[in-house]
Amino acid sequence: MLSRTADCLYWMARYNERAENTARMLDVAYQTSLMPQPVEFMHESWRKLLNVSLLEKLFESKYPTYTRENILQFMIFDEENPSSIVCCLNAARVNARIIRGSIPSEVWETQNLSWLNLEQFLPDSPSQDPSAFFEWVKYRCHLFRGVVFGTMLSNEALHFMEFGTYLERADNTSRILKAKYRTQNQQSQMSNNQTSLFKIDNTSETFDFYHWVSLLRSVSAFEIFRHTYSDQITPERIVELLVFNPQLPRSLNKCVNQLLQLITLLKNSKSKEIERLIGKLKSELDYSTIDDIYSEGLDQFIQRFLEKINHIADEFSSTYLIPLSG
Amino acid sequence: MSTPFDEMYDDQGRVRPHYKEFDDWLTRQADGHIAHKRAEAELIFRRIGITFAVYGDEKGTERTIPFDQVPRIIPAKEWIVLEDGLKQRVKALNMFLHDIYHDEKILKAGLIPKEQIYNNSQYRPEMRFVDVPRNIYAHIAGIDIIRAGQGEYYVLEDNLRVPSGVSYMVENRKMMMRLFPALFERHRIAPVEHYPDLLLECLKTAVHSNSRKPNVVVLTPGMFNSAYFEHSYLAQQMGVELVEGKDLFVKNEQVFMRTTQGPQLVDVIYRRIDDDYLDPLSLRVDSTLGIPGILNAYRAGNVGIANAIGTGIADDKSIYPYVPKMIEFYLNEKPILQNVPTYQCRIKEDLQYTLANLKDLVVKETHGAGGYGMLIGPLATVAEIENFRKYLIDHPDKYIAQPTLALSTCPTFVESGVAPRHIDLRPLVLSGKQIKMVQGGLTRVALKEGSLVVNSSQGGGTKDTWVLES
Repeated sequence: MLSRTADCLYWMARYNERAENTARMLDVAYQTSLMPQPVEFMHESWRKLLNVSLLEKLFESKYPTYTRENILQFMIFDEENPSSIVCCLNAARVNARIIRGSIPSEVWETQNLSWLNLEQFLPDSPSQDPSAFFEWVKYRCHLFRGVVFGTMLSNEALHFMEFGTYLERADNTSRILKAKYRTQNQQSQMSNNQTSLFKIDNTSETFDFYHWVSLLRSVSAFEIFRHTYSDQITPERIVELLVFNPQLPRSLNKCVNQLLQLITLLKNSKSKEIERLIGKLKSELDYSTIDDIYSEGLDQFIQRFLEKINHIADEFSSTYLIPLSG
Repeated sequence: MSTPFDEMYDDQGRVRPHYKEFDDWLTRQADGHIAHKRAEAELIFRRIGITFAVYGDEKGTERTIPFDQVPRIIPAKEWIVLEDGLKQRVKALNMFLHDIYHDEKILKAGLIPKEQIYNNSQYRPEMRFVDVPRNIYAHIAGIDIIRAGQGEYYVLEDNLRVPSGVSYMVENRKMMMRLFPALFERHRIAPVEHYPDLLLECLKTAVHSNSRKPNVVVLTPGMFNSAYFEHSYLAQQMGVELVEGKDLFVKNEQVFMRTTQGPQLVDVIYRRIDDDYLDPLSLRVDSTLGIPGILNAYRAGNVGIANAIGTGIADDKSIYPYVPKMIEFYLNEKPILQNVPTYQCRIKEDLQYTLANLKDLVVKETHGAGGYGMLIGPLATVAEIENFRKYLIDHPDKYIAQPTLALSTCPTFVESGVAPRHIDLRPLVLSGKQIKMVQGGLTRVALKEGSLVVNSSQGGGTKDTWVLES
């Protein structure tokens, strides 16, 4: 397959995954923001959300405050924000259009129709019914995945797409975890200092509960948590589930496992190094425990994980996507 | 201009026999049914992404080409003549191309002035004495046909460089079958959907040695080209890679593509970019679309290119007037299809005639394409004519003139209902081991009342074209 085609497949998949995860993340953030809470806290949690995606600076250069409306505008529609849902869906479609001859027509048409239908949401007011919009994005992404698996040959093309999907997902899940985890620490502090009407039961426990539920929901893991633990929701268990669980489709472990299988299928004469990188990351996840993470610090752990994922992405590009010459 | 020939109705207003069945069907459709289907077609074209980018539109807006639901019907007995004429013409054009790059018999015989060839920018001295596989230059030829007068067919242009439109021929057929399946039960319509198969078969013959299965690729300038849909469509339908210049490189006079598994040899390139842009080393240095060194690989016979480099000379409008003579010269046959009478402004008497009759003539640039840079006398204002006159006097070599023919009309859906609109026809002729074509072509229609310009870039639409067995 042409390296350029592989590049488009990989990015088409990554942008779809990113669009979906952004929608997921925003949806729970939006719903959380509707709960009673101090205004500063709400602004702070929006800020964290952008911080983990390294979008803080861009946002602040364009918008005065971290209000819900501004954030939604920025993350859904802003064409200068490369991670906004509109930009992701556009980029996915541009990539698909370039290689439309190499993917089944149904795959292209599904991607194209997502873009065409987006127009109905495009005008001014994102805040009218953001949840319906997020639902729609998730639905289109589900549909896209279904069409891909229902119509594509299990060949290199599919593997390149899947590689993009799992790489993006590993990145996104760890960022969601990071954003929410930091907020949790902040929030406990804040609620302790507050003499607010919104204090519930005089502790932050109830609020915490909703907070963690929203985190789980953003990766479709709330029901799975219940099913897996049938016990109280604690930060440790959540981290354990999202990092280590080999069955959860969005856990880090699952993503890395998939990457390892895919790289075996995509082997070429230059792929030794990337196989090593992924293999090493996998064994680290396999042989670590939740206690190891906490003794290192979750923040540091995730920071390191993100760096490794980036490294793998770079190595992947130079192995397959940047044309091999001579 | 007298009343143009209409494809559906004779001059008494009676439905022509080959349209009877269709007319009968049409009159029984409920009000609004066709309009409804028309909207459906537009939605489907958008979803499938059969769109083209408009040059000069900075927003990169994608447009669909309007698709009209009244088919253009050609009775089989007329088609047979057309097909013979087209094959004859393309055969002679290929012989002409081989001749001017080798023995120059036609120049020696004095049929075409030498300077007409040597001074033409489409002539490629690099191709002199280069042997191309099977001596075929124009593997794919799109010959534009019009009907005028009492319905006589004329050849208007020979498009031999990178003719486009064939994807619309196929997609229009699929759309008609989807919208109105009942019509296809009532008619025996020659199929056209196998065009990509014929094309692939033809391209595979564009190599010198046939020791292995040739690796064919389609070369596109990229997604911003107005015909990008067609490029990717043909690559997909043939099951071959769609490449851009940067995907290819030349090493040891061989062409390779860059793949995820390393370099892979390329045998045939169906290029959809002009000669000028193919090789920045030899042709146009500022081109970023091409492949450095490809001309040498081609001359060494290690890669096939369709259409051959240097084919453009036979596509030039200044060569067009000589095609009937070529047919007699090379094939010793009478031309089956006629040319439109053409005045070559580089000839003094022709220029004088042209200048004296500008208001009645169509004046075209010899290298022009896409309906740009032409004057349609009867539709131009006095000021436009006078401006053009000055320019023409200064640059007579750049122009030819033809009488304004009343292109035939075909009933077409317009806002006010169904009305006659002018049409042309572009059938595609494929030259490989044999000369082959599908029975049909792309019918383009000028949607503006009275307009004779059918180009999609100038507001033209398309129709499904039926060759009907009776």
